[in-house]
Amino acid sequence: MPKKTDEKISPMKPPDTMASQVWRRFRRHPGAMVGAVILTILIISVLLAGLSPYDPEISDIKNRFQSPSWTHLFGTDGLGRDVLVRVLYGGRVSLTVGFMVVGITLSIGVPIGAMAGYFGGWIDSVLSKVIDATLSLPALMFMILLAAILREIDLPILKTNSTLTIALVLGVLSWPTVARLVRAVFLTFREMEYVQAAKALGASNLRIIISEILPNGFGPIIVESTLGIGYAIMEESTLSFLGFGIMPPTPSWGNLLDNAQEHLSQYPWLAIFPGLMIFLAIISINFIGDGLRDALDPYKILAQIDE
Amino acid sequence: MGQYIVRRLLQAIPMLLLVSIILFALINIAPGGPLAQFSRSRRLSGERVEALKRQFGLDKPLPVQYIVWLAGNDWMAIDTDGNGITDSYGTRKGVLRGDFGFSFQNREPVLEQIMDRLPNTIYLMGITLIVVAIVAIPIGIISAVKQYSAFDITVTTLSFMGQAMPEFWLGLILILVFYVTLDNPVTGKALLPGGGMFTIGAEFSLVDRINHLILPVSMGVVGWVAWWSRFLRSSMLEVINQDYIRTARAKGQSERKVLYRHALKNALIPLITMIMIDFPYVFTGAIVVERIFSWPGMGRLYYNSATSRDYPMLMGVLILGSVVIILSNLMADIIYAYLDPRVRYD
Repeated sequence: MPKKTDEKISPMKPPDTMASQVWRRFRRHPGAMVGAVILTILIISVLLAGLSPYDPEISDIKNRFQSPSWTHLFGTDGLGRDVLVRVLYGGRVSLTVGFMVVGITLSIGVPIGAMAGYFGGWIDSVLSKVIDATLSLPALMFMILLAAILREIDLPILKTNSTLTIALVLGVLSWPTVARLVRAVFLTFREMEYVQAAKALGASNLRIIISEILPNGFGPIIVESTLGIGYAIMEESTLSFLGFGIMPPTPSWGNLLDNAQEHLSQYPWLAIFPGLMIFLAIISINFIGDGLRDALDPYKILAQIDE
Repeated sequence: MGQYIVRRLLQAIPMLLLVSIILFALINIAPGGPLAQFSRSRRLSGERVEALKRQFGLDKPLPVQYIVWLAGNDWMAIDTDGNGITDSYGTRKGVLRGDFGFSFQNREPVLEQIMDRLPNTIYLMGITLIVVAIVAIPIGIISAVKQYSAFDITVTTLSFMGQAMPEFWLGLILILVFYVTLDNPVTGKALLPGGGMFTIGAEFSLVDRINHLILPVSMGVVGWVAWWSRFLRSSMLEVINQDYIRTARAKGQSERKVLYRHALKNALIPLITMIMIDFPYVFTGAIVVERIFSWPGMGRLYYNSATSRDYPMLMGVLILGSVVIILSNLMADIIYAYLDPRVRYD
């Protein structure tokens, strides 16, 4: 067989899926990659919290208020508990709440936004009014009120599970943003021809909503959800700091800072580390969200196809 | 234009009612109304509690209670002993006439207490807002004009950091640095005060007031400036990349004129809307600052009331906050429609 020495045959490229394009674009963002690395480190250390020899909730009064040392990397708090362990367990709580909130937000916001955008008419009017009314409430104030009330009610689920309570409180005020987003997507894509084609083929409304129109919204929904985790962590720690969030002795970054307040002058490390964790978590999430927003931008992906 | 304003006003009223219904329903779910303390008292018999209930109108169905809360009950007959004969008329004037009820804690009228503290909050948050505007607007504009310069990159990075920083942590760190650690070289005491609006007992001094303002204002300013400068930068960039700017440049306009006359004016529209939408924060955003810096304002009042479950007070502040938000959004829409005629015809 004659050898083709002067012709360079390029190897076959792997199929160019949407996901790989998005990943490629995401990788180009230095900020987003740094954020992803930091967040991964955070999540791994939080998951490994159980490896510590110290218990986050058992007090050890002999060793209270130790400054950071090699035995206690972040020092100890007023009851002698190791701060590093408490910070890591607090991280578990904060991250769990963050994900729960996003789950609740999506479960409420997406259906409501879809219905409002797809059906229009009086359904849209009513739902939009509810969305606007919820957005007219002063956020932190309402959350404090809701948290206080939920605590007074005698529901056993809520009494034992302050994580769930907080997630509900935060979710109730976060779903309108997602609902608005989804509604806008549906208003835009409702009139597309492929939707009409699907209708002509006899597709049910539900099928059209889920299979035809909703996928257009995945990009913005993903970005909004990612940033939503950061927002939830911020609000949860604010609520816990004020005493209306996660209740002691369960550690949360917010209530660790609350306890640190009275000892600020003497034992400042109690305040520095938990806040630092909140800061790192949120900033890495924001970087990732920003990178995702660029990576998922359909116009830029279209431009990439022409490359 | 007038039609647009009327339309928006008419839309705002049911919104206010809806918000008030949500809040009213929520408060009534909570156990522990005004009579909770009485139900445990041994001196009050069941009969007396019933009579009190009827006097407060708590035996009526909820929708009636809502109307009473809104419009008062001094036009309604109250029958205290349940025998069918009217004994007295109600005493409440209702929210629409400014009667927000009485605080559970100290029996003072809610509105009075709010109005007592409100000026302090507006003082603090108003100054914060002004500082934010003075700092963020130039930064955002310069950042957009000199895109990708060292200034821009620094500013963008700093604003990412500013947005991720928890307010209350920043406040604690500021106290740690300026009150706990650093000392005033002249007096030997702390460099900046750790709380309060002014030094108690001292005469009025502008310097003293400013000293007490520096830390709380700095705490509030960081996150706000971060958000505004990013927003301004992106809206300014959007405007600069428009075709009409390119036309102005092609026509030979000096760069300065292009920026000030064409770009800035159009970028101002989203800016003004954003200021109006953020404005309610002056009323509602002070809870954490006032708690950390012991500021005697409405935020701290709200926090204390929440801790002691003083529902009438909480209701009053929430209603006030919601009204401010709804009115601000209304103003934002109207101003936007005034500045950008394309919006009016929807």
